[in-house]
Amino acid sequence: MDIDRATVDHVARLARLDLSDEERERMTTELGNILEHAAKIQALDLDEVEPTSHAIPIRNAMRPDEVRPSLTQKEALSGAPEVEDGRFKVPRILEDETP
Amino acid sequence: MTDLHWRSATELAGLLANGEVSAVEIAQALIERADEVDGQLHAYLHRTDERLLEDARASDERRASGQTRSRFDGVPTAHKDLFVTKGVPTTSGSRILEGWLPTYDGTLVKRSAQAGLPLQGKLNMDEFAMGSSTENSGYGPSRNPWNTKSVPGGSSGGSSALVAAGGTPWSWGTDTGGSVRQPASLCGLVGVKPTYGLVSRFGVVAFASSLDQPGPLTRTVTDAAAFLQIAGGHDPMDSTSIPQAVPDYLGSISGGIEGMRIGIVTEIEEAEGTQPGVKTRVGEAYRRLEKLGAELVEVSLPSFEFGISAYYLVAPAECSSNLARYDAVRYGLRVEGPDVVSMTSRTRDEGFGDEVKRRIMLGTYALSAGYYDAYYGKAQRVRTLTIRDLERVFTDVDLIATPTSPSTAFELGAKTADPLSMYLNDVFTVPVNLAGNAAISVPCGTSPDDELPVGLQLIAKALDETTMFRAAYAFEQDLGWAGSEEGRPSL
Repeated sequence: MDIDRATVDHVARLARLDLSDEERERMTTELGNILEHAAKIQALDLDEVEPTSHAIPIRNAMRPDEVRPSLTQKEALSGAPEVEDGRFKVPRILEDETP
Repeated sequence: MTDLHWRSATELAGLLANGEVSAVEIAQALIERADEVDGQLHAYLHRTDERLLEDARASDERRASGQTRSRFDGVPTAHKDLFVTKGVPTTSGSRILEGWLPTYDGTLVKRSAQAGLPLQGKLNMDEFAMGSSTENSGYGPSRNPWNTKSVPGGSSGGSSALVAAGGTPWSWGTDTGGSVRQPASLCGLVGVKPTYGLVSRFGVVAFASSLDQPGPLTRTVTDAAAFLQIAGGHDPMDSTSIPQAVPDYLGSISGGIEGMRIGIVTEIEEAEGTQPGVKTRVGEAYRRLEKLGAELVEVSLPSFEFGISAYYLVAPAECSSNLARYDAVRYGLRVEGPDVVSMTSRTRDEGFGDEVKRRIMLGTYALSAGYYDAYYGKAQRVRTLTIRDLERVFTDVDLIATPTSPSTAFELGAKTADPLSMYLNDVFTVPVNLAGNAAISVPCGTSPDDELPVGLQLIAKALDETTMFRAAYAFEQDLGWAGSEEGRPSL
C-alpha cells in the first residue's frame, strides 16, 4: 500500500498533529509498510461475516440516575494550563470579523 | 527478617497475621530494595515513600485494633503509571501529562486501598501503553533485571522489572495486545489478562477501549489469583464492566488438571519464527502438562494468522479517537499558538512521542472517509473470525497452550528501527484481546539459548479464570521454579 506525502499532510491535519517535515517524510514510508502488512486481510472475502466492535457485548448498562458527589469547579480546573474567571482559557477560535 | 523483599504477597500476609513482621518493616525493606536496584532498572516514574510509610503505619494500627481491611492489609503495591491516582503524578508514560495531578482515584487504585495495600508509587511504561519494551516511554526505558542490557518487555515493563527484582510482590498493569503477559514472560513472572470486562477500566488512561484490560503481574500464580479477586468484579462506573462478582479462585486452585483437555497449535509456532530455545522450553511445558494428567489435543486456529494485521488497525483506530482528548485545554501540556487549532496541533506534536504519533496517524487514516470499510471495517470482521475460531476450539478443549512471546527479552535498541518487527512480538497474545478471552503467562524456566526467562501462555474461555488458574498453579508447583533461587535474577 502506497501512502503519498499529500495523504500524510491530510491525515496530520485531521489528527491535529503539527508534524515536522522530517516526521512527515518518515511517516510516509512507515505507514506504507504497516499498511502493507494490513493488506493481508484486505484480500479476505468477509462480506458474509458480521463485524465485531466489542468482544463481550453488554447492552443497556444502566445505573440509578442519582445525584452523587462530583468534582468541584476548582478541582475540574486544577489541571488546566490556563484559567480565567473559573473557566478554561483558550486563544482565539473565530477569525476577527471587524473591518 | 532477611530477604523480606523476595516473599510473595501471600507469604507476607501470613507473616503479618502471625505478628512476625509489621507493615512498616515490609515497607522499609521495599524502600531499601528500591534504593538498591532502581538506579539500574528505572522501574519507577514516581516513588511515594512517605505515603508508603504512612499507609503502613495506619495498617499496623488497624491490625493492632483487630480492624484489618483484608487478609493483605499491609502488603504494598505499585501501579503502572496509567492508573489514575488522586494527588499522585499520573503520566501514562507521556510528556503530554507531565505534572498532572489527578483529582480522583480510579477503581483499581481505590480497591487496592480498600484492601489496605500501602502505595509504593507509579511505574514506567511505554507511552500510553503503546509498545512492547518500555523504549517508547517519554521518560526513558526500564531494564530487565535478568540482564540490564535487555528490555523488560512492555508496555507494563516498569511493573515487570520491579516485581522480578523483588521491588514489590505484585503490581497491576494493563493488557491491550499482550502488555501484561509479554513483560511477565520476558521477566520470568506470572501475568494475567482477565476476561474483557472483569476488571473496571474506570480511572485507567485509555488506549484502545474495546481491548484494554487491567491485569496483575506477580511472582506466583496464587498471588495473581488473589490480586484479581481484590480488584475484579462489577463497577457501575464502567459501562463495559461485566455485572458479576468474581468467583473464589483460590478455593479451587489446587484442584489439579487430571482429565483437562489442552489444545496446542503447532501451525502458528512454526509460522512465526519462534526462537529454538523458546520452543524447547514450551515443548517441555506441554509434556509436563501431559504428565500431570492433561490430554494434549492438536487444534487449528487459522484466523490467528491475521491477528496482528487486524489488531494494528483496530487498536490505532481506537487510540486516535481516545487521544483526541489531549487538546491543551483541560489538562496537560500546552504549547502556545495564535489560534486554538495551531495551539492544539503544536502541543500534540511536542507532547507525544514517535510511536504514539505513528498510531494516531495510522488510526486516523484507517477511520477516514473512503478507507473505513477497507481497513477498520475489515479488521472488525477478522475479529469475528477470531471469536468464532476460539469458540469452535473451546467446544473441544478446556484451555489452549502457546508460547507467550516468540522470543526472550531482546536488547535495548534491537527493534526500535523497525516498528513492524516490534509489533510481531505480540503474535500469540493479540488474538486473545481481539476475542476478549482470559489468558495467563506462567514462567517455564530460562531459554538454553541465552539464559533468559520463557513464558507459557494458557488461554481460557471468557470468564473461565478458575480453570486457567488451576492449570497454571499445577504447572508452577510441579516445575518448582517460581520462588526458587533459580527463578530469581541475580541483581
